[in-house]
Amino acid sequence: MHRVSQLPAKELADRLRLGRFQLRVGPYVYRLQSQLPQVIRGIEALYRDFPLAEPRSFTDYNIGIGHGGLAGRLRRKVEFRFEHQNPFPTIPIGQAFAFLEWGMNWCVSIHANEYLKLHAAAVARDGSAIIMPGVPGAGKSTLCAGLGLRGWRVLSDEHALVPPGTTSVIPLCRPVSLKNDSIALIKSFDSAAILGPTSEQTHKGTVAHMKADLTDDSHDISPIPARIMLFPKYARDEPQGLYPRSKTQSFILAAYHSFNFSLLGEVGFAAMRALIDGVSCYDLVYRDLDWAIQNVGELHDRDGRP
Amino acid sequence: MSFLLREVLLEPRRILDLEADGYSQLIPQARSSQLLASLALRLEEECLLSRVPKSVRRHLDSSLVLHEKQKHDLNYDCGNIGRALDSIGERLVLLKGGAYLQAGLPVGRGRLISDIDIIVPGNRIDAAESALKQFGWKNSQLNDYDERYYRRWMHEIPPLYHSRRSTTLDLHHTILPPTADADVDADLLFEELMEVRPGVYTLSWKDMVIHSATHLFHEGEFHHGLRDLWDLDRMLRDFPDRDPSFWEGLAIRGEQLGLSGPLYHGLNYARQVFATPVPEPVMAQVSSRSRMLRQPIMDFLFLRAFRPCQPECRLPLTDLALNGLYVRAHYLRMPLYLLLPHLARKAWIGWFPGETVAGEGAQGEKA
Repeated sequence: MHRVSQLPAKELADRLRLGRFQLRVGPYVYRLQSQLPQVIRGIEALYRDFPLAEPRSFTDYNIGIGHGGLAGRLRRKVEFRFEHQNPFPTIPIGQAFAFLEWGMNWCVSIHANEYLKLHAAAVARDGSAIIMPGVPGAGKSTLCAGLGLRGWRVLSDEHALVPPGTTSVIPLCRPVSLKNDSIALIKSFDSAAILGPTSEQTHKGTVAHMKADLTDDSHDISPIPARIMLFPKYARDEPQGLYPRSKTQSFILAAYHSFNFSLLGEVGFAAMRALIDGVSCYDLVYRDLDWAIQNVGELHDRDGRP
Repeated sequence: MSFLLREVLLEPRRILDLEADGYSQLIPQARSSQLLASLALRLEEECLLSRVPKSVRRHLDSSLVLHEKQKHDLNYDCGNIGRALDSIGERLVLLKGGAYLQAGLPVGRGRLISDIDIIVPGNRIDAAESALKQFGWKNSQLNDYDERYYRRWMHEIPPLYHSRRSTTLDLHHTILPPTADADVDADLLFEELMEVRPGVYTLSWKDMVIHSATHLFHEGEFHHGLRDLWDLDRMLRDFPDRDPSFWEGLAIRGEQLGLSGPLYHGLNYARQVFATPVPEPVMAQVSSRSRMLRQPIMDFLFLRAFRPCQPECRLPLTDLALNGLYVRAHYLRMPLYLLLPHLARKAWIGWFPGETVAGEGAQGEKA
């Protein structure tokens, strides 16, 4: 299988410019068109180990990012295109790479109803996964990045894809999105972390993405059984701790953090029940990343085995 | 310039020769035309859905999930809207997609909807609006200009939305803006309503077709153009079996409502694009010398609009045609002394979007 890094720089830029760049991301194929320098740089840095789709593969999501004509160029704005249409208003060119990452998330968020989709990070070790749902700002991405840098396999930073009726997660590994203070925190946590272009003053503040396919099997797409659901919360002023959580409460919160629980109707309800039945649920309150990683590891040793 | 979606809708067995790159065109063509779920059920009708490769099939199935959810929610919302209208002694009359789904018609198979459209008699619009507010519906936040525009010049009030369920509801009092050239007597529509479920009404078979055509040919934006034409095709193939006087009475009804023009175009383009079987005598009844004379320019505009907005489907000069249709729709909707200042304002807002209130882009599309 060919990887992005095997393409000479010029070939990569040409394929991107012509919209012939096809990437395998988890169970999907994205086709990407862009000639923006920061997008090319970001792809080179963060997607270098991603598999290229075989020529003439079916494209799931055909996307592009660029100036939409002269007006966009003059106003220094870029547009995100999905199947040659613009689902969003334009945004400043300096935020192009973050915009691309959000757009790629959006493709999965609003399509892909073959899975129950939780807004959650997911990580795995020894073939057993932990699902970590959380509202933006709860600290799930930071924890996910930290675990990834300490040898865990990152399954996703954004979507836990659960085939209905199972307690497994389909890996959809993409760069982890870090916001504001997390960026410096992760840089000082591990100087080997590879970060892509920084986007300033977005609606989420400053955003940068971290390369997260750090294990040999990062791009394998076999389902991984999940045995733990963890609700992380980063809090500076609260005591750190790991607390069991009732299944009922976990069901409600996980449903709240789902993209399509309600859209799936009865299927969604049954899928969520099967999932919650099969995992043990915890709250994790943390401010120190090392402490959190150690406790998640111990929890996994205890509950993460069949 | 491969318009694969049309080929497959007309001849579903065509998918048996498709390879991955063919599907990579077909799915975006259907999805961007709002026809993905319709395509899925068209294939299912012909027992071909299982022949679609798994990686492609999941996109079709995914759209069916959305379709099922919309049908389910529509049922619930109709109960709520019906009770609101019942409290003022009015009936729930659905238009367009909502009507097709609730009536369980073939045209509703896979039909996706973005809002619910209902109609009440013109003199009951205020009462209906207040009754709906009692049942949880709220006005959307528009700026003063758009609010005035709707209230004064449109055939519907600004969209309502449900405070807890986020459904959008368009409350109409007639089917064309009062400023439009054609003067529709909406009372005629109410004389022939059909009860398709207990307490749920739609226009008559003929009026549904005429309204669909009227809506389509007064529309300024054509993201749904092909989907609306597909609606017409499905209705025209189905309604003659439900109403024996359908073909005989269609042109007369169009004449009576003053909407022969859009009816002619609707029948004509359904025939051109989807080979819809329209009897010759009916075409002769609705065509006129001036309509025939304008045909080449209309073809130039509409045959471009009735294509998916994917590059492989585009004919030369598509942008010109779409801009032309945008201006045409406004021209049909209002006299020039209103139109020119309005378009100037919209162009200004387009260039300096910062000066409008947030959310206008999403809410004020029709204005």
